[in-house]
Amino acid sequence: MSDGGSRGTAVEARPEQARWEAAPPGPRAVATFQVFRGDRTGGELRAYQVPVTEGMVVLDAIHYIQHHLDSTLACRWNCKAAKCGSCSAEVNGRPRLMCKTRVDEFGGQPITVRPIKVFPLIKDLVTDVSWNYRVNKEIPPFAPAPGDAGPWRMHPEDVERLFEFRRCIECFLCQDVCHVLREHRGTDRYYGPRFMVRIAALEMHPKDTASREELLHGKGGIGYCNITKCCEEVCPEHITITDNAIIPLKERVADAFYDPWRALLRRLRGRKEPRGT
Amino acid sequence: MAEWYDAYAYDVLVIGAGGAGLRAAIAARAAGASVGLVCKSLLGKAHTVMAEGGIAAALGNVDPQDSWEVHFADTMRGGQGINDYRMVEIFAKEAPERVYELERWGGLFDRTPDGRILQRPFGAHTYRRLCHVGDRTGLELIRTLQDTVVHSGVDVHMEITLTRLLTDAERIAGAFGYRREDGRYVLFRAKAVVLATGGWGKVYKVTSNSWECTGDGCAMAYEAGAELMDMEMVQFHPTGMVWPPGVRGILVTEAVRGEGGILRNARGERFMERYDPKKMELSSRDVVARAIYREVQEGRGTPHGGAHLDISHRGPDFIKKKLPSMYEQFLKLADIDITRSPMEVAPTVHYVMGGVRVEPGTGATTVPGLYAAGEVAAGLHGANRLGGNSLSDLLVFGKRAGEHAARYALGLATAPRADDGQAAEERALLARPFERDTGENPYQLHEELQEVMSQNAGIARTGDGLAEGLQKVLALQERAERLRSAGSMLYNPGWHECRDLRFMLTLCEAIFRSAIVRTESRGAHWRLDYPDQDPEWGRKNVVVRRANGEMRVGTRPVPPMPAELARLLEARA
Repeated sequence: MSDGGSRGTAVEARPEQARWEAAPPGPRAVATFQVFRGDRTGGELRAYQVPVTEGMVVLDAIHYIQHHLDSTLACRWNCKAAKCGSCSAEVNGRPRLMCKTRVDEFGGQPITVRPIKVFPLIKDLVTDVSWNYRVNKEIPPFAPAPGDAGPWRMHPEDVERLFEFRRCIECFLCQDVCHVLREHRGTDRYYGPRFMVRIAALEMHPKDTASREELLHGKGGIGYCNITKCCEEVCPEHITITDNAIIPLKERVADAFYDPWRALLRRLRGRKEPRGT
Repeated sequence: MAEWYDAYAYDVLVIGAGGAGLRAAIAARAAGASVGLVCKSLLGKAHTVMAEGGIAAALGNVDPQDSWEVHFADTMRGGQGINDYRMVEIFAKEAPERVYELERWGGLFDRTPDGRILQRPFGAHTYRRLCHVGDRTGLELIRTLQDTVVHSGVDVHMEITLTRLLTDAERIAGAFGYRREDGRYVLFRAKAVVLATGGWGKVYKVTSNSWECTGDGCAMAYEAGAELMDMEMVQFHPTGMVWPPGVRGILVTEAVRGEGGILRNARGERFMERYDPKKMELSSRDVVARAIYREVQEGRGTPHGGAHLDISHRGPDFIKKKLPSMYEQFLKLADIDITRSPMEVAPTVHYVMGGVRVEPGTGATTVPGLYAAGEVAAGLHGANRLGGNSLSDLLVFGKRAGEHAARYALGLATAPRADDGQAAEERALLARPFERDTGENPYQLHEELQEVMSQNAGIARTGDGLAEGLQKVLALQERAERLRSAGSMLYNPGWHECRDLRFMLTLCEAIFRSAIVRTESRGAHWRLDYPDQDPEWGRKNVVVRRANGEMRVGTRPVPPMPAELARLLEARA
């Protein structure tokens, strides 16, 4: 069935699709990809010529290289739909998910793909992200009151404000751009934005009873964050990391350690309410 | 001891870290066993993360009339009667508790106004039954289990592919494979092994599955002597993305239809009126997938060979709240704003109902000490799985398999001995692609295999097509003897593909052989040359096992339902 007039009422015209049909890309359009190749001993950018197809993303190009040009090119990926957070890389210097980065966005300019910088390189586009998993293990897990076995009634608003934090797909792009971790090599003193989001989700859970303020103040290193919001800019899930997670946590820590009266007051009013909201 | 591999020892080894593997590891550890958990990817990235619509469990929060009995009847009917009723009964009864348990572990779901877990309608579920959080329920499930597992004393081993189960005489003794990040071989000694390795959608070209879904666990079990069942039953999800080419097959959640999405053909007709006037868009997946297929075949398809799925009438606020990742996915990858325009969708391979045959209550396979849970196990879903039943399957049977594996392991009088000879044999097989200067490109072979599966074992099948497909797979198996890989063992995807491909070829042979035998149409298995259901076949499952190095196909009787359960089906028919 062609795009005739018979669709009338049911289906609106879709200009996007019309464009695809009217102007299919030239069959031999080719883009140059400069991809980092190397391992712990060193490496370099190598150029690959990849045919461009309509709607292609950078991960498609990496797959093309693997399948047709060099099957040893290492990269992580799983879902190819921006749901798993595996295919993080730096595309033209910007931390991105390769599965969500359209090739046509670069208007025919060469595209450079490098591994994320903040973590040690394993090979090509694959880095050693195990530090993140060690950090996660240091965070006291969700702890409901003993004996409070549910099923629970929780107000929709109390739960919904946590959804933003729970959306995190652990792509670690925020860790990659965090100044403390990236410029100051601060993995020994700051957990990074990902785990501020994780801790915020726990601390603000209406049924959680644990306290992570000491951890945040100490090993978690929340004080090192100077709120430049770079993490937010690269978050593919659009989590408002600083305003909604880090700043409320900073306020809690400030209260707990420097203003015990306000901390007590907050406790009495129901400590799971985030301050300032 | 020779140190050509890294060695670990556990009471229970869990292979696979999706929902079933995580839940099994937690259960085995809680039962007192030492547990190693092996992920093929990083922790938290397993295919479960892509589950969108929800977890089916008869909580009755929205529709108080719902009960395990109705969930049981819906699931049996969805599976067209060849499910193992004993599994379905356990499943329907235990799913609610598994959901509440997730909540106790920190999982968060959408709420009813009075603060209980909200449930949404889904295909062929009589009542609103799917507990969900927007359209990212799988992420919530996997993150909750992941954060539970890391604090439970389970050892997590990431980015390891296990390629061979080790046996001591009949019994399971461990598993062997390689680790990506350093290219080392690894050997796990274990008294019991739980397979939670998921499905093998990657044998098809158009699929919602990730690269991991190559069926390693099922093929390893087969090679170790386990019996497979219902291999002909491959689910085509009705709604995958179709355009642009790079996203073809990516899932469009059934929740779009659950929340009111309408399917239309290129003429604007709401064609489900012709295929299932009662349930319409919320008919079972096999029915909707076939309907879209037919519309396209008969010339009423959309420009890229699909149907239109429209949710725009629900308005932007609703869509962005209930289907946020669909909104983002279409906007970013297809330039479509689904709050204003319809999506273009077509069937995509999504799930396998078949797999390793297990004992209903324990997950025990036919190999002593080997257990299986989740998509890799067969029996629960029969000829067609209902949406939402997979996530509850993972939890219910993951827990049971973990517990029973622990009980078995801790009860053994003598520990099995993992045989270095078997490991050395497997090493030789793994290393072969490096020993050639010329040979077959594994990616090329994989593409050819996907072509065969799509052409010959697709949504519509014929005896001739299946026979031809089988011959093609056998020819590909021969060529796979000459696979070649460049480079080293260090994180080398082309080399990984070589072993994955052998697993896939084994399973494809099983799919063809089983599909040839079942001379009827039932659920996902649609034979154009046998378009009707045959009551005789309704009493049989097709099984496959290896004997003398050859694949043998047979049948087993479907366990007959006791009268009181059969009545549940009649009551709701």
